[in-house]
Amino acid sequence: MASPTDTTQQKAAFEELDPAAFRREVDSGDAVVLDTREPHEHAEAHIAGSELVPPSEVAARIDELAPDTGQRVVLYCRSGNRSHKGAEELSTLGYTNLAHLGGGILAWQEQGQPVVEPEGMTPEQRMRYSRHTLLPEIGVEGQLKMLNSKVLLIGAGGLGSPSALYLAAAGIGTLGIIDDDVVDESNLQRQVIHTTDRIGTPKTESARIQIEALNPDVEVVEYRERISAENILDVIADYDVIVDGVDNFPTRYLLNDASVRLRKPVVSASILAFDGQISTFAPFEGPCYRCLYPTPPPPEMAPSCGAAGVLGVMAGVMGLLQANEVIKLVAGIGEPLIGRLLLYESLGTRFTELKVRRDPDCPICGENAPEIPPEEMGKFPDYELFCAR
Amino acid sequence: MATVKIPPVLRSQTGGAAEVGADGGTVGEVLRALTTEHPDTEQQLFGSEGELNRYVNVYLNDEDVRVLDGLDTAVSGEDTVVILPAMAGGR
Repeated sequence: MASPTDTTQQKAAFEELDPAAFRREVDSGDAVVLDTREPHEHAEAHIAGSELVPPSEVAARIDELAPDTGQRVVLYCRSGNRSHKGAEELSTLGYTNLAHLGGGILAWQEQGQPVVEPEGMTPEQRMRYSRHTLLPEIGVEGQLKMLNSKVLLIGAGGLGSPSALYLAAAGIGTLGIIDDDVVDESNLQRQVIHTTDRIGTPKTESARIQIEALNPDVEVVEYRERISAENILDVIADYDVIVDGVDNFPTRYLLNDASVRLRKPVVSASILAFDGQISTFAPFEGPCYRCLYPTPPPPEMAPSCGAAGVLGVMAGVMGLLQANEVIKLVAGIGEPLIGRLLLYESLGTRFTELKVRRDPDCPICGENAPEIPPEEMGKFPDYELFCAR
Repeated sequence: MATVKIPPVLRSQTGGAAEVGADGGTVGEVLRALTTEHPDTEQQLFGSEGELNRYVNVYLNDEDVRVLDGLDTAVSGEDTVVILPAMAGGR
């Protein structure tokens, strides 16, 4: 066991280098250079030739990296604290030729020293999405998936407004928006992507203006039309995930049947008064909308928000739960709401989760559902009639 | 007594209540107790032959009664029966 005197001597046995001196160590090629940060920090930017050794692994891995305790070992981290501790630890293990970078990689970059950065992200993007890339579950890889993803919003209304804003802020690379409506004064109580001075403007255009002001990384594709049996396959074909904020049943059934045909996941929510529902329909992986609701309700059982009213906040809560689902699907993290229906009652502030199972007899995705021949792909039944009967 | 969760579209028929208590040993009996107490809910829930309307989903706790025993599914006093029609509002 080492005496207190020994420990004191060993603690003093490493030096603090400024970036220029650290650079000379790195360039000499004689030193083992350790990055004592976490993997997601290393991925974001690191000094060329450095070995990633997170703080908790320093003692365990040093044997393999520098078997000789006389080997020159230089350490750096973000600001200098973790590399200082790492050098102390190596010192107590008997390493005698140690140094660390004072001020860390922050000081290094401030002096314009070079770092290795991930491909595909600009310095502005690394800054903009740093709070995402810091999350180990997302990291640079997850952010790049978002930047390369294409998400379609059906409706730029109550649900579409908040999800569009947060998906744009998150850096979803392409946001398609389909809506044939114009901004109305009565929309502004909940459709937060639109503004008072854009009353009368097409909703897709109003949304594009707001998204471009928020995040220039996002390409907005406007479809100033209603989604219909004629255009749906062409519109949805290009997208990875679809966000359903539709306000009527015929379109919801059309969207379901088309998305099952093209195997596109749909994050579906609806709101009314103080209540909301949300689920994710991933074709053939989980149930589809028709497995949950085989038959639409009669009109008296399905009033619209225009007729029954809706708390504006409900659009925000449910729209952002949709955005959350989209991000999980795109980044491939977490547990999507596949096979689960989440109900939210805002007056009681209660969430209820129900199981939704695939219906083996589902006419669209069930075992005996008819194969759709290519020439029938673009043909759909009359949903207005289906919903009116 | 089981708890029945009433969807927004039926609350005008239950005097505004979002939850009501109802007695019964099966899901069918619980729903019948509800329609007896609140007769206006009857035609929304049941068809002319007394069968549950297809556009109304009913859950015992978190499970769809269609994958259990339907209206014959046994209910205890601790259970919650959720009535859930589809909703389409998005705007």
